[in-house]
Amino acid sequence: MKASSNLENVISSGAFAVTGELGPPKSVDPDLVRKKARLLKGFVDAVNITDNQTAIVRVSSMAAATIVLEEGAEPVMQMTCRDRNRLALQSDILGAAALGVKNILCLSGDYMTLGNQPDAKGVYDIDSIQLVRMAAKMRDEGKLLCGEELKNTRKSEVLPPRIFLGAAANPFAPPLDFRVLRFAKKIAAGADFIQTQTIFDLGKFKEWLSRIVDAGLHEKVAILGGVMPVKSHKALIYMKKNVAGMSIPEQLIKRMEQATERKAEGVKICVEIIQRLRELNGVRGVHISTVEWEKVIPEIVELAGLLPRPSFAKGAIAESPSS
Amino acid sequence: MNLLRRLSRVPYYALLIVEFIFKKLVFRCHMCGQCVLQFTGFTCPMRCPKQLRDGPCGGTRENSHCEVYPERKCIWALIYSRSRFLRRTRKLEVIQFTIDWRLENTSAWINYFSGRDGQREFKRNLRRRRNLPPSERQP
Repeated sequence: MKASSNLENVISSGAFAVTGELGPPKSVDPDLVRKKARLLKGFVDAVNITDNQTAIVRVSSMAAATIVLEEGAEPVMQMTCRDRNRLALQSDILGAAALGVKNILCLSGDYMTLGNQPDAKGVYDIDSIQLVRMAAKMRDEGKLLCGEELKNTRKSEVLPPRIFLGAAANPFAPPLDFRVLRFAKKIAAGADFIQTQTIFDLGKFKEWLSRIVDAGLHEKVAILGGVMPVKSHKALIYMKKNVAGMSIPEQLIKRMEQATERKAEGVKICVEIIQRLRELNGVRGVHISTVEWEKVIPEIVELAGLLPRPSFAKGAIAESPSS
Repeated sequence: MNLLRRLSRVPYYALLIVEFIFKKLVFRCHMCGQCVLQFTGFTCPMRCPKQLRDGPCGGTRENSHCEVYPERKCIWALIYSRSRFLRRTRKLEVIQFTIDWRLENTSAWINYFSGRDGQREFKRNLRRRRNLPPSERQP
């Protein structure tokens, strides 16, 4: 056990893992985070806390992760290379671990011009693979990137952060060959689990997955497929147009457009994708992200037949969900 | 003495200017001072808006264009196609050293030969990897 986090326990027990996503608020509103955390607790194994997603300023992921911890749920703290240099990243890894965060997801980060601070200076001191390697070095060797040991005085013992490390993968962005190569690099850097880009196009995902399975990479790391329920066909069209690195088939948009109950259809499609993913060899879980629609996640988990979530004696999410 | 010291820097700056002009014209160099062109299909990865040195981010569009500048092609798509053309894709399989920002705007050529950049360790990793059977090769 690297971190003995709930997510790690679920994955290593062989159960199908479920993670959710929680977007911190754009104002000082801890109750909103609490509310969302209570909503997801017991239905997901861990909750991803986004780090200024789409480069829009929000409550920091570490603060939100702490609030989620207080609510008894388990956070996966997302970290991007966009806003911090290696110094700040390392100190935040130590700080998060000190606060009790046990899962960290390392990302490059959306570019500044896509968000609400387009005039900001991007940092990108190190890239996401180097961030994974740095965090793995801190955990496994007890050393900082520069080689110094993680201890306060010369005689005190080394106290490394115990974290379960994640990284992202995009199965849909070209070139496919390189995506597999980059996936292997992330594993070598020390990633324990991989969350993929939102899957709408199962055909393309299967093609990517077969390459991963052929290379035997699915055994070294737990792949969690990303899914997302959408409220209407307009959201799909918007994503197809504006969100880079997404693949959305036309027939899915048509199916959403023709549905009478669009929200219910969106949930149905999401559940169908989860069930298809469960059948695939190599997929060890799903990551359900939403756009400000967290309250639908429990329903999806239930409809997909993923309840009850496995609980572990010392796990953070041991209690059964309260309705 | 001060003047002498300054004069002794002249050859360095002369070389720096020549290097800068040459690399700017040929590779659109960003003067990071630690060239990795030989590992990236002779295409500078610093042209990427995120300055990623280990491969493309998740935002590459379906037509292989950049998420930040939709009119430009993703640098890493270029790097990959050129590396394939030059049969150098194996060099992309090893994780790059982190950038030493102290070397920015210094001569990468001199840093290469003086060993100030991280290339020695990187090359050692590449060599070590080459001696292993393919199944044991790790990035």
